[in-house]
Amino acid sequence: MTTTSMNKVLDKQTKIFLSVLASIAVLVIASNLLISPDSAFHIPTYTVTLLGKYLCYALLAVAIDLIWGYMGILSLGHGAFFALGGYAMGMYLMRQIGDRGVYGDPLLPDFMVFLNWSELPWFWQGFDMFWFAAVMVVLVPGVLAYVFGWLTFRSRVTGVYLSIITQALTYALMLAFYRNEMGFGGNNGLTDFKELLGFDLQANSTRIGLFAASAIALGLGYIACRFIVASKLGRVAMAVRDAESRTRFIGYKVENVKLWVFTFSAALAGIAGALYVPQVGIINPNEFSPLNSIEMVVWVALGGRATLYGAVVGAIIVNYAKTYFTGALPEVWLFALGGLFIVTTIFLPKGVVGLLKKKEAKS
Amino acid sequence: MSNIVSNYIEAIRDKDRVFDLVAPAVSPKLDVRKGCILYMEDVSVSFDGFKAINDLNLYVNEGELRCIIGPNGAGKTTMMDIITGKTVPDKGSVYFGQTINLLDMDEPEIARAGIGRKFQKPTVFEEQSVFSNLELAMACNKNVMPTLFAKLSGEELSHIEETLELIGLKDQRMLNAGALSHGQKQWLEIGMLIMQRPKLLLVDEPVAGMTHQEMDRTAELLISLEGRHSVVVVEHDMDFVRSIARTVTVLHQGSVLAEGTMDEVQNNARVKEVYLGE
Repeated sequence: MTTTSMNKVLDKQTKIFLSVLASIAVLVIASNLLISPDSAFHIPTYTVTLLGKYLCYALLAVAIDLIWGYMGILSLGHGAFFALGGYAMGMYLMRQIGDRGVYGDPLLPDFMVFLNWSELPWFWQGFDMFWFAAVMVVLVPGVLAYVFGWLTFRSRVTGVYLSIITQALTYALMLAFYRNEMGFGGNNGLTDFKELLGFDLQANSTRIGLFAASAIALGLGYIACRFIVASKLGRVAMAVRDAESRTRFIGYKVENVKLWVFTFSAALAGIAGALYVPQVGIINPNEFSPLNSIEMVVWVALGGRATLYGAVVGAIIVNYAKTYFTGALPEVWLFALGGLFIVTTIFLPKGVVGLLKKKEAKS
Repeated sequence: MSNIVSNYIEAIRDKDRVFDLVAPAVSPKLDVRKGCILYMEDVSVSFDGFKAINDLNLYVNEGELRCIIGPNGAGKTTMMDIITGKTVPDKGSVYFGQTINLLDMDEPEIARAGIGRKFQKPTVFEEQSVFSNLELAMACNKNVMPTLFAKLSGEELSHIEETLELIGLKDQRMLNAGALSHGQKQWLEIGMLIMQRPKLLLVDEPVAGMTHQEMDRTAELLISLEGRHSVVVVEHDMDFVRSIARTVTVLHQGSVLAEGTMDEVQNNARVKEVYLGE
């Protein structure tokens, strides 16, 4: 890559974003490890993990912004790709438990023993190896998105209809994963994880490591999205967003452009899910719930579309608010979320970062 | 001997051709040896029983500038929709040169084969700069991966510069296309057409809503394209048509009513009857 195209990818906002992300990550880790727990500046490990969770959400929001903000595809089912990445990681973590489960079976996870299964289903094979699980984290959501996209984009399903189908997709997956016969732990999902790559998941150092990995994944995912957005393909995507049929008439196969960007976005969502699961310690079919996917879209809308950093800001604001409200005033949360969405749509069509931009332009 | 073998293989291949989608994609080169670039034969299409195009026969020669006129609802825009793959006709055949069957292709494939279209309502990518609009339209490999890693070559850059000069938008190059005036948008669209290096340009009402001055410039622009490209212009404005036309085709109720020079057409009794209302 030449320096000019490098500069295009790493524009001013991207540089600011990456520096802020790196500084916060370093500060959080340092204050956890170096400052004594009695000090007011110490960040407890619980909070570090919470922030790690936010970073996974932020990566997911960036993936959604890539297809919604830049290409005009409103996916109301991105939670499905996030959850599938999470399940792939969860399966690896289940296999890592080995004979330390409640029933002590060296091969079968507890829920299979409980269901009286005698052998491991074929789709659980290979998940004892980390590399295999890591490939599946990207491949499973990616292939699903590819097949789904191939069918829908070729039939030129767009707009609200496409959003409804994505919603149906995640809903169908939720119902399927709730069934015990599917072999993914039914409504309890996968939990009781012990270790990841031999590191104890309860250990302070592992949690810090996962937080750092989430920050790095967010940074790299952000750069990858910037690369796409700053490329000619990014401008073709925007052309598709603004005048789809015109883009066809100048010779672009719109369905292929959509297909590849959508698949990439789904794979990114899968990675976010895979980093999320070891930090929260559980993955269950609730992650597929359509409500979750809608909430994700709200993050991006609130932060500001088609900026990438807006998606990150939105994900963090909404999730911080969620943590606060569900702790302090649990019954108010859903109203607050709805209110937030209404206020954003009416008063901040360009989201929170749009507000900042306007101020900058004025001064 | 080898001839027999190859014939045999051909025969087997044809026989085994069960699914069209697994057959190798054939994209024959544009063949204009007979001097004709566009053939439309016995084309009909109807929408909910209304025959928009009715046994239309139209031939456009290579390098020709052809004007198509006709009253509202004569099927001018539908005809362009058929050529560019937006509408599939109920019957008939549409060929680009001798060999390229346009009815088998979708819009981007037709555009890549060398047919460019300018719409009635100017549609440019308003959120992007004038320069970017031209760059997106530029003839090049438009598949996903080459587009992701695309970089402008010196030659491509100078092609864009030339086009900016030609359409008179040199000073507005970094401006968002949405900020252009109506006439400038029309020119930008023509510029985008030129960037595609098409063999055949379809131009739908290029001077709608333009001032006289802008109209003259547009006429110049279109005449300068003649020879290098074949151009088909659909227009309502008779003065404009008279200023550029060599051959005029009159459409009426979905088929050709008359064809000839402007004078011939204007003196045609049937044309007077249906079009000029005399």
